[in-house]
Amino acid sequence: MRKKVQQVVVSFETTTQAMAFELMAKEFNIKGRLIPVPRDITAGCGLAWRSDPDTKSEIEELIKQKSLIIDCIYELII
Amino acid sequence: MIYFDSAATSLHKPPEVAKAVAHAINSIGSGSRGSHDCTMAANRIVYQTRSIISDMFNVEKPENVIFTFNATESLNVAIQGLLNRGDHCISTLFEHNSVLRPLYHMEKLGLEIDYLSGDKNGMVNIKEIEGLITNKTKAVIIGHGSNVTGNLVDLKKVGDICKEKGLLLIVDAAQTAGLVHIDMQEQNIDALCLSAHKGLLGPQGVGLLCLKSGVLPRPLKFGGTGFDSFSLDMPNSLPEVLEAGTMNIHSISGLLKACEYIKKKTVDEIYNESMYLANMFYEGINKLENLKFYGDMNSKMRTPIVSFNIGDADSATVSDELNYKFEISTRPGAHCAPGVHRFFNTVKQGMVRFSFSHMNTIEEVDVAINAVKVLAGDLS
Repeated sequence: MRKKVQQVVVSFETTTQAMAFELMAKEFNIKGRLIPVPRDITAGCGLAWRSDPDTKSEIEELIKQKSLIIDCIYELII
Repeated sequence: MIYFDSAATSLHKPPEVAKAVAHAINSIGSGSRGSHDCTMAANRIVYQTRSIISDMFNVEKPENVIFTFNATESLNVAIQGLLNRGDHCISTLFEHNSVLRPLYHMEKLGLEIDYLSGDKNGMVNIKEIEGLITNKTKAVIIGHGSNVTGNLVDLKKVGDICKEKGLLLIVDAAQTAGLVHIDMQEQNIDALCLSAHKGLLGPQGVGLLCLKSGVLPRPLKFGGTGFDSFSLDMPNSLPEVLEAGTMNIHSISGLLKACEYIKKKTVDEIYNESMYLANMFYEGINKLENLKFYGDMNSKMRTPIVSFNIGDADSATVSDELNYKFEISTRPGAHCAPGVHRFFNTVKQGMVRFSFSHMNTIEEVDVAINAVKVLAGDLS
């Protein structure tokens, strides 16, 4: 397995929310990707977004600006 | 990319399937709407597909083959349309949510349900059926093959019990249609619920509900059928009573070609080839330390699914590594079958599922074996 690293993880309640987030994140050039939701997170959706920790403020701004619906933002070692 | 997620949907399809869909989009009209050439072409494709499905599953006649949106819709029609408040039914702990959620919905409306358990490998204990039958029992609703473990149920034995006790047998064959022999009449099946896009190798967006003559669920949908336009009600006759609205003719066109391919190649050959690859994969990794498998891997009653975990590693992480590092597609997590995960105590960890197609190759399986060895080694 690759070495576990600290990441910002965004969880969602639905797949639709996850896909809307990915589309916007790409548009805003936020580096990261959708992954299967880690088991440490209890979420409705099987997908989560992972990014490097330094993107957290950009992610928060994106969510606010685009009124994106998410479940939670975590900082996890995954 | 190497695809081992055929239990979710068939990515490998005979090339004539996509050709048929493309042809239909450009040239086929809406079935049962008028009589011009384009609509008649649709009618012919629909009827040919009903006929080949009827032949494949030994349905009494093509009229008893109903097109739906997916296997989930077929199960909803069968469960909600055949059961009533005050009825009792028997299902199993190992069902997909496509069975469980309609049952839970009906439970709120007054349906009583009991669930069959399983042996230590999750094989359904069908011997429990007779002990659960009450004077209110109306049906047994059972999955032919588990989408998580690949364990199969002996439909003939269940069908014989249902016939003897006068119960309806509703079967979820989403995982087995096109892969394992199913005979509605021999196995005494009353309602057979199928998906077009898995073992039947067709496009997504089409399901099938095959009914025994005389079994007539209440419709869940009401609308146009292309005839009897001034009637306030749906027509009484199958299949139209359960087919309100325009059908997905484009996908049905693809399904027809897929069925022709399966008929020519035969279900037995498809099963044997896909099981050969699944067994090769299992044999390649089952001696690794730290791996735990789920399902009866030594039984002949199984589909080409191998589900496992590496130690206590999160199945999401393992599956993501397989995708990210090795470009291998698998399914992690809970697989829409909560009872299976409670049974095997994998609610939090989930499972990594490899599901094989006969169109996978030995070389692909070798790559997968090596990938699992690398990941298992890293975790040991």
